[in-house]
Amino acid sequence: MIELKREELLISELADLLVNDKHIAVGAASPIPGAAALLVKEEAKLQNNRLRVTILHSNKYNNFTDGARELFDCAAQGRIDTFFLGGVQIDGEANINLVGTGSYEKIEKRFPGSFGSALMYFVVPQIILFREEHSPRTLVDKVDFISAPGFSDENIYRPGGPKFLLTNRALFKFNKQKKRFCLLKIHNNESIENIIKLTGFKFDVDDKITNMSIPNKTRIDILRNKISYMVSEFYPEFADRIWGV
Amino acid sequence: MKQFDELSLLEIVDEVKDGDLIGIPADYSGVPMEFTKELIKKGVKDLKLYCLPLTTIQGDMLIGSGCVSEIEAAAVTLGEFGLAPRFSEAVEAGHLLIKDSTCPALHAQLQATEKSVPFMPLRGVIGSDIQKYRKDWQIIENPMKFSGNMNEPILLLPAVQLDILIFHAPCVDKNGNIQIGRRRELATLAHASTKVFVTTEKILDIDFFEDELSAATCLPALYVDGISVVQNGAWPCALPGVYGADNDEIKKYSIAAKTKKGFDDYMKNYLFT
Repeated sequence: MIELKREELLISELADLLVNDKHIAVGAASPIPGAAALLVKEEAKLQNNRLRVTILHSNKYNNFTDGARELFDCAAQGRIDTFFLGGVQIDGEANINLVGTGSYEKIEKRFPGSFGSALMYFVVPQIILFREEHSPRTLVDKVDFISAPGFSDENIYRPGGPKFLLTNRALFKFNKQKKRFCLLKIHNNESIENIIKLTGFKFDVDDKITNMSIPNKTRIDILRNKISYMVSEFYPEFADRIWGV
Repeated sequence: MKQFDELSLLEIVDEVKDGDLIGIPADYSGVPMEFTKELIKKGVKDLKLYCLPLTTIQGDMLIGSGCVSEIEAAAVTLGEFGLAPRFSEAVEAGHLLIKDSTCPALHAQLQATEKSVPFMPLRGVIGSDIQKYRKDWQIIENPMKFSGNMNEPILLLPAVQLDILIFHAPCVDKNGNIQIGRRRELATLAHASTKVFVTTEKILDIDFFEDELSAATCLPALYVDGISVVQNGAWPCALPGVYGADNDEIKKYSIAAKTKKGFDDYMKNYLFT
């Protein structure tokens, strides 16, 4: 039995959500999604399949030549299948907050800002919300500030939106009709009761709830021997911490 | 006749006036850190930073040094090294006006100026609190009969004209054309700025326009008001394709700047050694 880091488990879990994509883009502050995207690309190569990955903060793994706006134009054209968003807070209706806590004009704790979320959330078909910390302060009943809304009125142009939410303890699927998350998978050391306790919003539980899947040896080998070095180009601190490369 | 003005770094610094709306490039497109250092030493005041679309250590240092009254950005962050501490504290204390935006809106507002039209539409954003608090943005119904969806609400963003832009570039040719590679957002910034100055690692004795490859990746000299050679001018930020970021230094800053005193001590050393 190979000893796995939690980050590696999350990379593998995300990778499983990307296997049908043609083009995956990864934005700022996203080493785990970045590693997952590159992993699926490597695995696709072995199957003789083509998959494109654009890591915004990399020069090497980047398909764009038209400046920083190309990500948003490309996404609006429907040429990106999956993108990742995080949040200081994420609520039960999949609204995300990247700005800060407290009431907006008297912010208590200020975070970086909304980045491109307010467009990407609307136009990319599969948005995966990813936030490692799973606690009542990150997964809240209602966000203090909406950087990007989880759903929109019928008359708003919105081909994209939230599909999944992954934390270091659980994987949820978002139900667009019910505007509600459903618990799909939990970490091996977790119980549903504990997830309920640590989640600030109400959610459904899938009938077929399972543990997170353990990656096979081939996948772990690719991750450790190849992807780790690729990640160190654009997230050196992360690659050093997880793999010592 | 020489086709461009070669200036000293201090001459460029003197072009920045108190209260200017200044274009700030992202950490991946050539941050003019040596210039920033001299700007802070000069003690410029009330700058309004327009970040395309974010800023890292440059913005945090300018804010911590009391040079900034307003910032429009999609994010202010030290990336892998965490929050931008001087920025966060200034916002929490109410000392800094932040016009919260989102990346594509910051691009679109400059693209409007590039085309000299008064506004640019953008999809998405509607229903966010970003839009709710931006009184300078407007929503209309799509007026087009055969383009897009009838009755679709759509966001309009005003054109933004920058007063001045300074960025750092790998090299310049003998006619003052600037090599920007794939960092085309620098061209957008330049097109939308009244004055543009560039610091660069070196001036080459060649003509970028003699080769299709180098011609396609440069900002023509016609948009540029002056150039100064400043070696290692982006340090500790990266200069893409030339050198990487000095992550040890940025980490050192991220720790020091957590407190006002730590920041002041760091800056004394940074500015004067």
